[in-house]
Amino acid sequence: MSTATLPASATLLRLATAGSVDDGKSTLVGRLLYDSKSVLADQLDAVERVSRDRGLDGADLALLTDGLRAEREQGITIDVAYRYFATARRAFVLADCPGHVQYTRNTVTGASTADAVVLLIDARKGLLEQTRRHLAVASLLRVPHVVVAVNKIDLVDYSAERYAELAAEIRAASADLGVPAIHTVPVSALVGDNVVDRSDATPWYDGPSLLELLEDLPVGEDVTAQHLRFPVQVVLRPQGAARDPQHVDYRGYAGQIAEGVVRPGDEVVVLPSGKRTLVEAIDTADGPLAEAFAPQSVTLRLTDDIDIARGDTIVAADDVPALTQDVTATLAWLGEKPLRAGQRVLVKHTTKVVQAVVRDVVGRLDLDAAHLVPGDTLELNDIGRVQLRLASPVPAEEYAEHRRTGAFCVIDPADGLTLAAGMVGDALAAARFPGDRPADFAI
Amino acid sequence: MTTTTDAPAVQAAPYTLSHLDLLESEAIHIIREVVAEFERPALLFSGGKDSVVMLHLAAKAFWPAPVPFPVVHVDTGHNFPEVLAYRDAEVERLGLRLVVASVQDYLDDGRLQERADGTRNPLQTQPLLDAISGGRFDAVFGGGRRDEEKARAKERVLSLRDEFGQWDPRNQRPELWNLYNGRHRPGEHVRAFPLSNWTELDVWRYIERENIALPGLYYAHEREVFDRDGMLLAVGPYSAPRTDAEAASVRTEVVRYRTVGDMSCTGAVSSDATTVADVIAEVATTRITERGATRADDRISEAAMEDRKKEGYF
Repeated sequence: MSTATLPASATLLRLATAGSVDDGKSTLVGRLLYDSKSVLADQLDAVERVSRDRGLDGADLALLTDGLRAEREQGITIDVAYRYFATARRAFVLADCPGHVQYTRNTVTGASTADAVVLLIDARKGLLEQTRRHLAVASLLRVPHVVVAVNKIDLVDYSAERYAELAAEIRAASADLGVPAIHTVPVSALVGDNVVDRSDATPWYDGPSLLELLEDLPVGEDVTAQHLRFPVQVVLRPQGAARDPQHVDYRGYAGQIAEGVVRPGDEVVVLPSGKRTLVEAIDTADGPLAEAFAPQSVTLRLTDDIDIARGDTIVAADDVPALTQDVTATLAWLGEKPLRAGQRVLVKHTTKVVQAVVRDVVGRLDLDAAHLVPGDTLELNDIGRVQLRLASPVPAEEYAEHRRTGAFCVIDPADGLTLAAGMVGDALAAARFPGDRPADFAI
Repeated sequence: MTTTTDAPAVQAAPYTLSHLDLLESEAIHIIREVVAEFERPALLFSGGKDSVVMLHLAAKAFWPAPVPFPVVHVDTGHNFPEVLAYRDAEVERLGLRLVVASVQDYLDDGRLQERADGTRNPLQTQPLLDAISGGRFDAVFGGGRRDEEKARAKERVLSLRDEFGQWDPRNQRPELWNLYNGRHRPGEHVRAFPLSNWTELDVWRYIERENIALPGLYYAHEREVFDRDGMLLAVGPYSAPRTDAEAASVRTEVVRYRTVGDMSCTGAVSSDATTVADVIAEVATTRITERGATRADDRISEAAMEDRKKEGYF
């Protein structure tokens, strides 16, 4: 690893892999780690030893990431594996997600925090249902970049025509599904073409290698274009426990800025009470700040003594989101048991957990026909639209514009399981679905 | 490096956090979420560098209030004395409550038996689980990182343990956005890993930036060592040479420790890194993982860590 030269100001890019089973994701990740010299000698020794024991010719790089017993036994990836590597230019966190349809929930998990999704397709097979599903997931979760690695390009004889055909197909599908930004690269994870180093075998491709592309992707959102959203996590009131006597009357609101920039003197509104006040100071253990921005963890002190609790949100006074108890949302259903209208659930939105009832299941997304199909249940791995009624009002904003304050998770009140990834609003509307559909279900 | 050697680093645009700032902010967010959503959290504190960084982050997360939970140490009885001294000084400095789970007590009254190989690392699980249930802790912070080991790479930031302390890697909850789900049933508890996304190098760079003091054995020093199974073990009360070959290999070397566990199963590495900057340079160019280089407990099988974790280990 040459990370010692990584400058202190270098940024971090969060990646998630996606793609159908056997398209070679784990091999690609292994190749990225190996060719960027992020695999250490003892890890490689272990992989070579196991590969030899199985009678393989070379080292099976997939073994670098498939860590669980069951994964090694079945030769597939079951759960998200997180990998870390750095180049001289950037640090990366990579969520390696499994491709089997029953593990789609892991792709949703990986994509929810990703700055970019690396989607693999097999150059011989083209776009499969699972590929479309993963494109839809990346689009719904508003992952800023999708990089499609057209893998196994060596197995189609490095055909420029086949690559062009697939690239066009990918662009069409991405447009249908409303993917924000799409990039394509022809690669062979097995051989290493265009993964880290540009390949001589694809003279017709003059773009960057996959790693070069990832090193240059712009990261983060423009916080200056946003308004302050600050969900309160913890109220800090040390009182008699203060380690410094001057802090016995201290009262600060600790949290992570979800959106925007804040400065002392800013006028803010506290939700749900609607009370107005000013930011007195932005505190950290290292001293006060002249400004802070998303996603910094800070503590705000306010000019007025207002009753504020965990779950409240401090927002910019010039852009106060509406409070609502009725939420139209898109759910990626991750539970084993189906969702039905009338079901009672818990919703965790920013730092607040509220009870909710499912008023209506409107329908689910049919990925092949790319439109919403009417229905009254959501099954495991379905993506669909629902109406929720919440027990108390929350400042829920459109997910398409607010990746933090528009997101929520659905929790089973009985056993605590996480049942769904929720996105406020007609997130499906961001996708343009062609074809006929009943007017009632127009999105 | 690769094709990118001559290219400039991707510099942070205005209002973009550097990767260390991002990791710090994420860890503080996780620590605050756990404290807010659980009744009785506790922090596993061994005096090792990851737990030291955890405690530093906890102190920052609640400043100017004190760290709002006790620390738990599983004392194998084979600890390095300087690490125990460091632990006690930190507890004193931050005004913490320390809960010690003693493996020696379990051996003395027969609840546990000494292993044939003399290592006590695998014996920690029962005292740990008893300390968790005895303290009625419903959330336990650990300094585990996903880059350490391939089973850890699969673990959630909030990892549910059943009433027997077991981890079920095939049935983990999806972890969406930064919305951590802390719901659990009575008897169950959650292990929380705020450093999940940190690497060994990130930890060291953060120690440098924050000027965090560590036990001295993380830096190069002279020590009497001997060879066992390709590792350098310290000659001490819990790790004496057992064979003639081991006895013949005893010598004084300049070494440091990359991880801190028991004296009996933690190996030293030859090193002349006496400062944090030296250590960072060394870690950045090493070709061996930190656990692979120094931990006999991970060498038992391909899935040694997964097997121990399923039983309730850290």
